[in-house]
Amino acid sequence: MKTICFYFQVHQPFRLKKYRFFDIGSDHYYYDDFANKSIMQKVAERCYIPANNLFLDLINKYGDKFKISYSISGSAIEQFEKYAPNVLASFQELAKTGNVEFLAETYSHSLAALKSETEFKKQVELHEEKIYQYFGQKPKVFRNTELVYSDAIGNMVAQMGYKSMLTEGAKHILGWKSPNLMYCNSINPELKILLKNYSLSDDIAFRFSNQDWAEWPLTTEKFAGWLKDLNDKEKLVNLFVDYETFGEHQWEETGIFEFLRKLPETIFNNTEFVFGTTSEATERYSPVSAVHIPHPISWADEERDLSAWLGNELQDEAFSKLYELEEKVAKSNDPAIQRDWQLLQTSDHFYYMCTKWFSDGDVHKYFNPYDSPYNAFINYMNVLSDFITRLEQ
Amino acid sequence: MKVLMFGWEFPPHISGGLGTACFGLTKGLSHFDVEMIFVVPKTYGDEDQSFLKLRDAGDVEIDSYLVEKKEFWEKLTYLEVESHIKPYISPEIYETLYEEEKVDHKEMKKKAFSRKFKFTGKYGKNLIEEVYRYSVIAAKVATEHEFELIHSHDWLTYPAGIMAKSISGKPLVIHVHATEYDRSGESVNPDVFKIEKQGMEAADRVITVSNLTRRIVVEKYGINPDKVVTVHNAVEPYTYKHIDYTKNLKEKIVTFLGRITFQKGPEYFVEAAHKVLKKDPNVRFVMAGSGDMMNKMILRAAELGITTKFHFAGFLKGPDVFKMFSMSDVYVMPSVSEPFGISPLEAMSSNVPVIVSKQSGVSEILTHAIKVDFWDVDAIADSIYALLNYKSLPDTFRKYGKTEVENLKWENAAYKVVQVYKSAIEEEVNL
Repeated sequence: MKTICFYFQVHQPFRLKKYRFFDIGSDHYYYDDFANKSIMQKVAERCYIPANNLFLDLINKYGDKFKISYSISGSAIEQFEKYAPNVLASFQELAKTGNVEFLAETYSHSLAALKSETEFKKQVELHEEKIYQYFGQKPKVFRNTELVYSDAIGNMVAQMGYKSMLTEGAKHILGWKSPNLMYCNSINPELKILLKNYSLSDDIAFRFSNQDWAEWPLTTEKFAGWLKDLNDKEKLVNLFVDYETFGEHQWEETGIFEFLRKLPETIFNNTEFVFGTTSEATERYSPVSAVHIPHPISWADEERDLSAWLGNELQDEAFSKLYELEEKVAKSNDPAIQRDWQLLQTSDHFYYMCTKWFSDGDVHKYFNPYDSPYNAFINYMNVLSDFITRLEQ
Repeated sequence: MKVLMFGWEFPPHISGGLGTACFGLTKGLSHFDVEMIFVVPKTYGDEDQSFLKLRDAGDVEIDSYLVEKKEFWEKLTYLEVESHIKPYISPEIYETLYEEEKVDHKEMKKKAFSRKFKFTGKYGKNLIEEVYRYSVIAAKVATEHEFELIHSHDWLTYPAGIMAKSISGKPLVIHVHATEYDRSGESVNPDVFKIEKQGMEAADRVITVSNLTRRIVVEKYGINPDKVVTVHNAVEPYTYKHIDYTKNLKEKIVTFLGRITFQKGPEYFVEAAHKVLKKDPNVRFVMAGSGDMMNKMILRAAELGITTKFHFAGFLKGPDVFKMFSMSDVYVMPSVSEPFGISPLEAMSSNVPVIVSKQSGVSEILTHAIKVDFWDVDAIADSIYALLNYKSLPDTFRKYGKTEVENLKWENAAYKVVQVYKSAIEEEVNL
């Protein structure tokens, strides 16, 4: 049997409101409720609801041959609770089918894995609780924020009891290795590693509507043909995409939903593949070798490194100032402090401070509420300064 | 390519950004085989003429043929207004010029019809008269030289451009470095406006120094957008030595440097200073410059009770400007309307982080600067605070700012201007 793991990342950050320095010390509410609500509701309408309905239909139609996996960040779930309870209900309905797996991650979609093991574990536990609360599952598979992975992070995750973990499988990371096989962590071989087939994943996520792409328009027949052409030993294809791809990055008008609706049928008719959850794939295949990834990688940009979030002076200052507070926060019993501490760690805040797109980057502006990384930094630091004053009280 | 160019000032005899821009541009153009005859009202003999030929309008003799143009001249007399023209100069220079020119008006008129006329080349009381007299000279000059195109810088030389065009039939390019709307807000001088509009209408191509100015030209002057092209200014590499000045104040310094006039938005700087000082006492503000709003600003600072931390440095020039930059931690340009705005670039090349208003042309080309709306005092204050308190921010600006400025080369601007010339000439040929 050959397996396609269809995995989706669902995440929304709590965007910060415009927070001026003179608010420091007096205003302790940091979030842009209006933006968060309106973005959530817009994305719910364009993506979450129609995509969930579509996947529910496909599960009902194909039964055990069609299974999917999600990781939904804690902050996204909180926003469903607040602004779009119908989305949460529809995910619960998907959970009930038994064909949907929910993965573990950090509660606030943070980069804590790079900085603090204690904090990282705390956040993952928090997230597990949330997943169990709504979907009745205890996650067995882990995926870190933006697929950030290194040997050391993998080892940490293995020690926490997870069977497998997801990460990026781009060519310049893997070298000669095929992403369509099972691997394991190089320090702890107990942890299996599922690698994203970046080419096929990105065909859907990024290139689907690109009319300059030689393969445009992408049909299900073409896609199934590529799967069919794979070496017979390559039994696992991991299609990892942002869930917002459906309806939000690729608009409904591009035909993305029709493509998805037709895809299983075409694949079943032309190949040996079925759709399985990440846990099923973990059980089904043995690792062929270990992957060695000494320096952290991610699934972002051409570089597949951390440079979208960390590396420039602004990001590094904000990040280190934030984590300097860990001990103080741990001593605080104030639930409001704990919650803000979580949400300030959300990786998106650092992403907004990225300067690498000054030369070419309109692509990323779409995801960015700030008109410049400098303004993103200023706003974040004002908020963080207030947070510090609260800790010092 | 041969170009007949009209400009009101040329370094070193300048009073503002116009002369500096003309110098940079003409020097840039000389890299593209453009031969220029640059007519100024007055030459002093110490100008750098290595890459163009300067002509002193005062040395041009008017012959009988031009006296026939007397109707033209008479038509202008009504324009001899005692108008309140706000040119690019600091008010104290304006003041001295005004004094200098308290010559008998009749005397002036008589002189105007003599064979030669000595221009002041300044921005005095008889400016409009000089402007038209200069245009008569332009007509003469146009008959004396061979050229393919005429290029006029700012409204003072638009009438000259129009005259030269009507005499020679060659295409006219006018270059808008500033408009009356920038200088005066909505209370425009109708005479200047009229001259500007005539110039833009008569021109085959209009070059604006920013998209901001381009919009004004299209919207306020009703000019066909197809013939208006933006060519952003550049900067000459700074040749002065870095000034090491030890400041004796422990506080960080935030600087405003420019004319204290409506256009420069000084009041927003004062209000922002007040907001910052409420939160952070370890900072001083300096307003360097002078102008018709200075007294009002002093009063406002006193009213806000910030005068022990808010200082007026007066009008600075030459090395003092760079001394000021060397002690500054932040430079703010809150201009209400700034066609381009060169001073933030000077600050950046002195390693000073800058905050510029979005209503400035220079904000269109800068990446490593904080951009705010001039009226958004909160945003200005917030940006100042951040630059003073979050270290990596000024570090980043210092790291990239200077290089960014050094990459703004006049050759690139000149290349675009040459393309404008070519399109104007081609269109002329095709007609």
